[in-house]
Amino acid sequence: MGPLVPDVISTNMNLIFALIIGVLFGTILEKAGFSSSRKLVGLFYGYDFTVLRVFFTAGVTGMFGIIVLDHFGFLDVNLIYINPTFVGASIVGGLIMGMGFVVGGYCPGTSVCAAAIGKIDAMYFILGIVGGILIFAEGYPLWEGFYKANNLGYIRIFDTLGMSQSFFAFLLTVIAMVAFWGTSIIQKKVNGIHEPIFKFTPYHLSLTAIGAFIAVSAFFVPPQKETLLAKVEDEKFVAQYEVEQMDIDEFAYRIMDRDKKMQIFDFRSFEEYKEMSIPNSISFSVNNFFEKEPNRLLNIQGRTNVFIANSEIEEKKIAVIAQEMGYENIEILSGGIAQFQAEILEFSQEKPVANDLNRATLKFRTKAAVEIPEMIKNNKPAGKVEKKLKRVVGGC
Amino acid sequence: MNTTKYMNPYLAGFLLGLLLVATIYISGRGLGASGAMKSVTVETVQNVAPKHAANTAFFKEYASTHSGNPLKSWLVFEVVGVIIGAFVSGLVSERLSFKLEKGPKTKDKARIIGAIFGGLLFGFGSQLGRGCTSGAALSGMAVLSTGGILTMIAIFGGAYLFAYFFRKLWL
Repeated sequence: MGPLVPDVISTNMNLIFALIIGVLFGTILEKAGFSSSRKLVGLFYGYDFTVLRVFFTAGVTGMFGIIVLDHFGFLDVNLIYINPTFVGASIVGGLIMGMGFVVGGYCPGTSVCAAAIGKIDAMYFILGIVGGILIFAEGYPLWEGFYKANNLGYIRIFDTLGMSQSFFAFLLTVIAMVAFWGTSIIQKKVNGIHEPIFKFTPYHLSLTAIGAFIAVSAFFVPPQKETLLAKVEDEKFVAQYEVEQMDIDEFAYRIMDRDKKMQIFDFRSFEEYKEMSIPNSISFSVNNFFEKEPNRLLNIQGRTNVFIANSEIEEKKIAVIAQEMGYENIEILSGGIAQFQAEILEFSQEKPVANDLNRATLKFRTKAAVEIPEMIKNNKPAGKVEKKLKRVVGGC
Repeated sequence: MNTTKYMNPYLAGFLLGLLLVATIYISGRGLGASGAMKSVTVETVQNVAPKHAANTAFFKEYASTHSGNPLKSWLVFEVVGVIIGAFVSGLVSERLSFKLEKGPKTKDKARIIGAIFGGLLFGFGSQLGRGCTSGAALSGMAVLSTGGILTMIAIFGGAYLFAYFFRKLWL
């Protein structure tokens, strides 16, 4: 599961990737024409909308890529850098940058590209950037308050607007397409080119078709978590699933045997877990499935993963989610903790269930009803699954 | 000079978008630029005026949130890559030349002052806005960050807002 840092790719290796990524970034920007200030500001005077086309296409492609990776569970979005939202600073900072764009003709990334191919104006621009950063640094106490005000954290635009991620992706793609079309008309007008507003060449038709396809397919790749949680609410869907069950006697036996091959995942609330926890069990939540670090526990070779929750139906729902995500070796506790509690922990030979049991089981349960509560009493809960990985720090 | 044509903008955008996805998948963060310049600035101040850096709130805060040499950072390596990539692309496309690019009626002096002043504004704004066109606007859009998209709208909106007043520099 991505991101590949810091475990698959080490911190040092990450820097080498940064260099390679930079080379590709620089090549694409230069090849797209971003090393020319006149081409860049053309966007603001209507004679050249290359920047808008490249930028918006890249943004939509990037967004769509992340959505797809999330949908298939390849990327833990809780770990990637989401630019934090400080409302005032974002807007005022952006406006100042906008002014810098039309006055200077570049933005930082493009000025580096332009300077690399010898543009003297870009070199002055970079000098200016360093100066601007110094001014910000030296006068920091003056604007620190504003800089840090209104922190809304790592919020996402679709939540802010109160719509689904899919709908926002659809909307953004449509806006991009309309913008591409509209600006091409403006560009022709400004440059005095007379061409029809609609062109039905294979090139234009294909581009439109690709755009429309992307916009609509946004609805087919909703976030993985959302989809699965909705799916398991459907009883028929859950019923058609086969989930292996472990009966309470086997479960009890393996607890008493301190079987290391059995990993117990307790899906009750953390409060209930703290109150009474099975030895060697770990408190887990459905959210943990979607996180890079906790879900590694589920992939240890040769272990049987037993999911326990208050009722069997809850366990089954959770197991279905896990199976849908491709986790293996999952069993659920037959009858849930409720049955385990009633027929093992609180077992006594006077209870009606005792009449149906054979002698060996009767004997075993009588023993288990003494030993396991004792083990539970001496057990120190292992606590929640550990999450050592922190969100990547990024930004400029 | 016989320069090679630029790439189709949609193809360039598509490739840039794929690169952005790969970057986020590998490194968990997006592309950027101004952050590298910040690292260079911080490193320079720390070397030229270490006492001053130790007593100034901004540098102290930087030192407390960043460990190690400021130049050994992801963005600095990335921007070094950008220089290499852009240079090679310019070379093979026959676009390498020392040139002051400006509007047809703009004087050299006006262009230079404009470039420096524009840089100052961009440098300052990128600090306040926590990222520039790459780090905040483009990468922020890909991860659908509210702040990133706000900054993006403000950058482009601001540029259109002020474009009229600086038209003599370009038209």
